[in-house]
Amino acid sequence: MHPIIRTVVQRLALSLVTLFVVSIVIFSAVTLLPGDFAKAILGQAATPETVAAFQKEIGLDKPPVTRYVEWIQKVAVGDFGESFTSRDNYRRTVTDIIGPRLWNTLFLAVLTAIIAVPLALFLGILAALYRNGWFDRIVNALTLTTISFPEFFVAYMLMLFFAVKWHLLPSLSNVTPEMELGERLYRCLLPSLTLTLVIVAHMMRMTRAAIINLMASPFIEMARLKGIPPMKVILRHALPNAWAPIVNVIAFNLAYLIVGVVVVEVVFVYPGVGQLLVDAVTSRDIPVVQACALIFAATYILLNLIADIISIVTNPRILHPR
Amino acid sequence: MSTNGRADGRGLLLDIRGLRIEGQSDDVWNEIVKGVDLELERGKVLGLIGESGAGKSTIGLAAMGFARPGCRITGGQIFFDGIDLRTLSDAEQRGIRGRRVAYVAQSAAAAFNPAHRLIDQIIESPLTHAIMSKADATKRAVALFAKLGLPNPETFGNRYPHQVSGGQLQRAMTAMALVPSPDLVVFDEPTTALDVTTQIDVLAAIKDAIRDEGAAALYITHDLAVVAQVSDEIMVLRHGKQVELGTADEIINRPREDYTKRLVAIRQISKNGEALPHAPLLTVEGVTAAYGNSFTVLHDVSVHLPPGQTLAVVGESGSGKSTMARVITGLLPPKSGAIRFDGQAMPPRLADRTKEQLRVLQMIYQMPDVAINPRHRVREIIGRPLEFYFGLAGREKEKRTLELLDQIEMGGEYIERYPGELSGGQKQRVCIARALAAEPRLIICDEPTSALDPLVADGILKLLLKLQAETKVSYLFITHDIATVRAIADMVCVLYKGKVVRFGGKQEVLSPPFDDYTDLLLKSVPKMQIGWLEGVLSTRRMASAGN
Amino acid sequence: MTTDLHSIPREAVLPRRKTRLGTALKELGKAPFTAWLGLVIIITYLVVAIFAPWIAPYRESQVFEQPYAPWGGDFLLGTDQLGRDLLTRLIYGARNTIGIAVATTLLAFIVGGGLGILAAIRGGWVDQIVSRIVDVILAIPLLISALMLLSIFGSNVTNIILIIALLDSTRVFRLSRAAAMNVVVMDYVEAARLRGEGLGWIMRREILPNVMPILVAEFGLRFCFVFLTISALSFLGVGIQPPTADWGSMVRENSTLITYGNITPLLPAGAIAVLTVGVNFVVDWFLHKTSGLRDEH
Repeated sequence: MHPIIRTVVQRLALSLVTLFVVSIVIFSAVTLLPGDFAKAILGQAATPETVAAFQKEIGLDKPPVTRYVEWIQKVAVGDFGESFTSRDNYRRTVTDIIGPRLWNTLFLAVLTAIIAVPLALFLGILAALYRNGWFDRIVNALTLTTISFPEFFVAYMLMLFFAVKWHLLPSLSNVTPEMELGERLYRCLLPSLTLTLVIVAHMMRMTRAAIINLMASPFIEMARLKGIPPMKVILRHALPNAWAPIVNVIAFNLAYLIVGVVVVEVVFVYPGVGQLLVDAVTSRDIPVVQACALIFAATYILLNLIADIISIVTNPRILHPR
Repeated sequence: MSTNGRADGRGLLLDIRGLRIEGQSDDVWNEIVKGVDLELERGKVLGLIGESGAGKSTIGLAAMGFARPGCRITGGQIFFDGIDLRTLSDAEQRGIRGRRVAYVAQSAAAAFNPAHRLIDQIIESPLTHAIMSKADATKRAVALFAKLGLPNPETFGNRYPHQVSGGQLQRAMTAMALVPSPDLVVFDEPTTALDVTTQIDVLAAIKDAIRDEGAAALYITHDLAVVAQVSDEIMVLRHGKQVELGTADEIINRPREDYTKRLVAIRQISKNGEALPHAPLLTVEGVTAAYGNSFTVLHDVSVHLPPGQTLAVVGESGSGKSTMARVITGLLPPKSGAIRFDGQAMPPRLADRTKEQLRVLQMIYQMPDVAINPRHRVREIIGRPLEFYFGLAGREKEKRTLELLDQIEMGGEYIERYPGELSGGQKQRVCIARALAAEPRLIICDEPTSALDPLVADGILKLLLKLQAETKVSYLFITHDIATVRAIADMVCVLYKGKVVRFGGKQEVLSPPFDDYTDLLLKSVPKMQIGWLEGVLSTRRMASAGN
Repeated sequence: MTTDLHSIPREAVLPRRKTRLGTALKELGKAPFTAWLGLVIIITYLVVAIFAPWIAPYRESQVFEQPYAPWGGDFLLGTDQLGRDLLTRLIYGARNTIGIAVATTLLAFIVGGGLGILAAIRGGWVDQIVSRIVDVILAIPLLISALMLLSIFGSNVTNIILIIALLDSTRVFRLSRAAAMNVVVMDYVEAARLRGEGLGWIMRREILPNVMPILVAEFGLRFCFVFLTISALSFLGVGIQPPTADWGSMVRENSTLITYGNITPLLPAGAIAVLTVGVNFVVDWFLHKTSGLRDEH
């Protein structure tokens, strides 16, 4: 087998194992519940009978391994069970609750990524090329400040100016499934802008560091000493070796994005998975929390896997073995 | 001025006048090249020699009008073929670099771009400067591969840098420099990173190639014996200034300055080593050692060492000589075999050894920079073994520490210093004092001089000899350098690919008849002698013709 | 026979007898404006946090009759939705929020740093087990793990400190392990092992002093991260619970005001932002300093 395929398969397997272990951890959440949990959910009026019934309902009477196998089998086909808020007369499956919200969150994340990634790479490379110049210094101070801000601070600042003072954008991003794309984009702009600001700062600093690190390589000095023009040095000598660090920077920040989404969704009352997760945590709706956590973790693992694979296939040492 | 044709400047390819370069460290600019003049005629080779910090590489790059980040050229003129490079624009400088002046770096492994095939990098200069067609450039590269003795010259260039050995890569880089037929090539320590038996081949290839191509060269190195083989003239540099300039013959045979004389005189310490019959202090019995389960580094190694004497273990990188030290110290328990000390079996594992067994066996390392903790003062470094093994404290410890400092020829004022405030040689002396503090019977010296400048290394060797005479300590001295072996050994063991090729008293090991490997090793060590390289090569040609 | 004296670098010849304090003060004199600004900010916050009961005009949870009182008069920054003095809440918030974040970061460093150095020295199965556990914890974003664990164990100050410290210690572990690994391979550590020194001595005397600069810088960065995370949790309503005054919760409680153009919720948010900016400025300067030192060699 070509070493590339072998390495990629290894990474793939490793990611699956990680996902498996993570699913066990997330599943065990139910088992870790303190004894008075049922009471907390059902209220102080709960009788021992209702508590027992509730525990049976969430399956606490069966051995953990059986419960895990049952759970993961259902999860594999997209069935996360029923929400704790589900009642006999009003059945709500976790999948029904999450479905439309997942789409909303993805929309926001992709929109942000489309704006943020090219912008950050462009600014980062620029700062690296004009290292220690005025552009670099200003950008360094600005990004250092931005990454120090809590997301909600950035969000409320933008809201104050763009929505409240200048009436340019809506302060709430209450999108609905029927909404047209244009309207949807308009309503998503503020949360997306908030996320962009936070992410661009991080991503730019890391891009700059990666490029500077690369430009200090002896083979770059060699290219200069061969009389190669600066642009060609970058395109021909730096760039082919830059994919791995740059892709890692992007993956790291997109992973950061899926966390940032939680706070921003709450600020702008955006109907996404992040807000749902926070509500579920507040109401201790464990099945929903589990499903959201698993989705976030899986995305996180997937992003890292993609970055890993791209690093591998662009590495000449693995691409062209001895 | 010793050579003719200088006054009118006619025929000068490179003429550097009053060159000054500053380097930045800790936000402060210090002058590292302090007014150097340098002249080079077409087709001649000028050797630049000096210890670290002499500014020789900086001058070499300045000859291309280039200063590394953190350096700046602050004064002087650099005339290349009559043009002052400092007055040229960036684009005009690029027009000269890679076409008329080329550079060969120390580490070829780092200087080749890992993402491209060798051939694409090698013909990049002529293509960028549009002086050759791709086909012509490739043809020329292949011809150079053949001339430089690279295997399969037609297909060699299709490989990637990491698919090629260090010696081959260094030749490929020489080819890369020569493809556009430059007027001047700057060689920056091109053989320093290579093993001694590889060095000689690369050196010969470089020498032939420059001669046949008619290019002039600046050859930068810290090794006077190497530079004597390739240069017409040699400039000795120190602290950014010229010490002496002369023909290779003048510098080697009739040096004028005291510093040059000392450089020429190094490696001439010699100990009349003789292995006295005595019950051995250390015995290594049939040791086989491996990292993990498969990678066997030592095969059935047996040597012994009498008390008060020195056993030199010689070999190239990968020969297993450092592994031998790890086995003896207990860091790597052997697969089979045993270590005996003074007749007693030493437990193979470090953890099983008693404090006394640890005390009698001390170690000195190759890199003094990383062998002492940068966060400890000299007082702590030398004092800790005194406290640990002998329970000394307070005034007694202080007194003994000062005695030890005196023994390593450093004054008591150094006791408060941190390693960062010491020179490389001083750090190594502190390491020796730390070993000595344990009052050991055997000190394992793992290449203690190879990271030091030649003069400093000589001082360390002399100190080790003096201490042996005073304390009767034995040394197991690991080295790759035959001159060092001559200087300090009583007994010698030659290691090759994990096996003992030769072992015995020094006279016996270093006298013919030799086995093939020892022969090659001995003949590959550059001698401080003009024409040594030609001599070796012609003997070799005769030998191969005879076969 | 003192050939060495000729090759001593300049800095070794010059008398360089300097104390650590002296060096620190000298470096401080050369520090850029941003670093100074950062230091002033940090010191101000610490003073406010420590002397909160003496500085604040009212008691932490003292409720007055007028909710949402305007700025000025008895209440310099007005009152909140329950009629508590906002300035008082902000001052006590400094004490609570910073205190909890510092405690959490310290705990994370003790656990993560200790295990990291131990794993680096010991290697083998100790390293393998801890590293694999850390890999799994790191495979889930920290905020998500924190939310999940808080939903199970409930939100109170002890749980927050323990959960965040445990989760964040994985990052400290990674860094201190990597840093210690670089030191462990040094010959002076091998020399100490060959001398027969014990594990404790090697950790304390050989390794810790050499990884300290890295850990100090990281402490600043981790503090910012922990501080922002706890603030985010409080803002989301699952962090520090009322009636404890805390900046994240204060933003949440007053957030509706922003839609009327009232900047009150931006005050606690800004208080968080200014402190992290300050810490980051100082850390940036410190990192620049220590990496600059590395370039010298």
